Amino acid sequence: MSHPGGAKTSRDSILSKIRASLGATQNDPARLAAAEKRLIAKPRAAPPQRVAAAGTDLVARFKEELQRQLATVVETAGAPEIPAVIAEYLRANNQPLRLRHGNDPYLSSLDFAETPGFKTFQGRAAPDDTTGLSAAFAGIAETGTMALTSGADNPVTLGFLPDTHIIVVPQSRIVATFEDAFARLRQERGHTPMPRTLNLISGPSRTADIGGRIVIGAHGPRRLLAIITGDH
Amino acid sequence: MQPTAHDFKSNARAALADKQLQDALSGLPGGLVAQRAAARARLPEFDGLRDYGRDLRNHTLEHLDVYLERYETALIKAGGHVHWAANGEEACAAILRICQEAGAKLVTKGKSMVSEEIGLNARLEGAGLEVVETDLGEYILQIRHETPSHIIAPAIHLTQGQVEADFRREHAHLPANRRLVDPAELVDEARQILREKFTGADVGITGANFLIAETGSSIIVTNEGNGDLTQSLAKVHVVITSIDKVVPTLDDASALLRLLARSATGQEITSYTTFSTGPRHDGDPDGPEAYHVVLLDNGRTELLGSEFREVLRCIRCGACMNHCPVYNAVGGHAYGWVYPGPIGAVLNPGFIGIEEAGNLPNASTFCGRCEAVCPMRIPLPKLMRHWREREFAGGGTPFSTRIALKSWAALARRPWAYHFLARLTSRAMKIASGRNGAFRWLPFAAGWTGGRDFPAPQGSTFQELWAARQKQAAKKRSGR
Repeated sequence: MSHPGGAKTSRDSILSKIRASLGATQNDPARLAAAEKRLIAKPRAAPPQRVAAAGTDLVARFKEELQRQLATVVETAGAPEIPAVIAEYLRANNQPLRLRHGNDPYLSSLDFAETPGFKTFQGRAAPDDTTGLSAAFAGIAETGTMALTSGADNPVTLGFLPDTHIIVVPQSRIVATFEDAFARLRQERGHTPMPRTLNLISGPSRTADIGGRIVIGAHGPRRLLAIITGDH
Repeated sequence: MQPTAHDFKSNARAALADKQLQDALSGLPGGLVAQRAAARARLPEFDGLRDYGRDLRNHTLEHLDVYLERYETALIKAGGHVHWAANGEEACAAILRICQEAGAKLVTKGKSMVSEEIGLNARLEGAGLEVVETDLGEYILQIRHETPSHIIAPAIHLTQGQVEADFRREHAHLPANRRLVDPAELVDEARQILREKFTGADVGITGANFLIAETGSSIIVTNEGNGDLTQSLAKVHVVITSIDKVVPTLDDASALLRLLARSATGQEITSYTTFSTGPRHDGDPDGPEAYHVVLLDNGRTELLGSEFREVLRCIRCGACMNHCPVYNAVGGHAYGWVYPGPIGAVLNPGFIGIEEAGNLPNASTFCGRCEAVCPMRIPLPKLMRHWREREFAGGGTPFSTRIALKSWAALARRPWAYHFLARLTSRAMKIASGRNGAFRWLPFAAGWTGGRDFPAPQGSTFQELWAARQKQAAKKRSGR
């Protein structure tokens, strides 16, 4: 603790007031065990039928839900197709042919040479960047949500400072529910499953704070492109 | 924030006469009601999830101390700092100290109702800091020197025309003849102005929708992305939140997230749901260098030990106020303190005292819509009734109301007197009403007759009709 002093006593008094209000005692083995059990077992609510029903096409559901939230969704067979999809999207939206991404190996391997004049940069977002490119850790079909983990591979600012955000979602990483995505996070990231920032992104930035009318592009990206990609 | 809850009656009267406010309230929150209904219809599991969420929150509250300690341990392990605050003063002091130690001049802020509860902005500004609200609605309120009138749509009481006038006044450095006709043009202007603040901020303050004991994470749920810019671009991220926000696991948060946006705006999920865990990791090119969480009590431990415990299940979606006929008529400011609507009628007396806020639990028709839509199934009318009982027991009820209630109770306990008086009154009213069969004015009911006639009882009382029916039924049975 970097701020000793009064803090310690408030901590103890709040915790003892909670116990008094609950009629509980400190270190009651039964209460500790009940909490421990939930933390270990991690019970889940029943998954929504929209993704749990037998034969559900998770990719189709993911795409539909994300489109409902005003994102553009494109399916590609694999990495070689991605640069052309991005160039076409930027042209269609009257955006300069440049973008920035982190040192994610998959994104770094994309070859934009086919599009003359296309510029790519690496690192965290700068205020004048127009497009950020990120790779999703997972796609969540139930709400058309993309989970992004922050780090040098996918700097968090790329998803919020530029006007356009493009996210690549490997088809193999599309799961049914939030809980499935979290299970994968625990499984793949081991002892420290949480990055500094885990962003669940489900559409472009929006607000309804003026007269209740929805306006796209409040503080974050004005447009969002999701590219679902296969293994080719 | 200086409460004016004791003035609810005159606040409400003023609100009803406020043409601009009534214009702003006319379309909304009716839209939110329809959107919630549509979202619920799209998710057949919705009502079952409400049961799940209620049980999960009950379990967490019953083990609140254990989960808070687990949360603290996980957060410290992730490199964050926890500050426990018994009241608003301690919370403000902790945040001011963090800002001063960081040498901060400019502080950006995401939306936080808890920060309204503790009066954080005034405290930081008093110490010479520049504080900028970055949620669009909150920014508009800040330049108007107003407080939120809704917990998720803070500027819902304003019309587009009012915002335009505010921007022209406040952003005087911009060309006077610029176009500000479309909401998108207003949003763009605020976006440009707040961009500079985001990139220049030393400390970013956000609230939290949930805290996760398993991982030590805090969650914010937003549509604008301002909370993300606030916490990612400043050197220090401070979370101001309260002890009731903790849930055990990421899976538990998932269940609540399924309910939150659908109940609030009718969205399946908001554009951004952000989990923050500690400061930036080694090698991260962005994110804050330090992460502090201030955990506020401010009366919640007392609510936990009272008949009001269930209110601590609240996930602050705002569905209760969207569906409340009283809120829809008078708006949020009439309630006179931070939390408006039915949830405010239960929370505010707990935080600022029943003496100050006694009007709020009385400002309800008990129609029950708030309870019917609450995702956490909080029995809000029942809890308001508990406050009315406490107010009555504490002598806070006005003398005339006490006399009326006492007389009614005396009568209700004596059925013969009740029947006699009911018979007498209904006969007398029928005669007195004459050929109209209605009264244009009645003593003790001028509020009612001011707007419409009061129909006089015709014929027998309910008990007489009931007795006659029973008699007839008995005759039929014996005659068979």
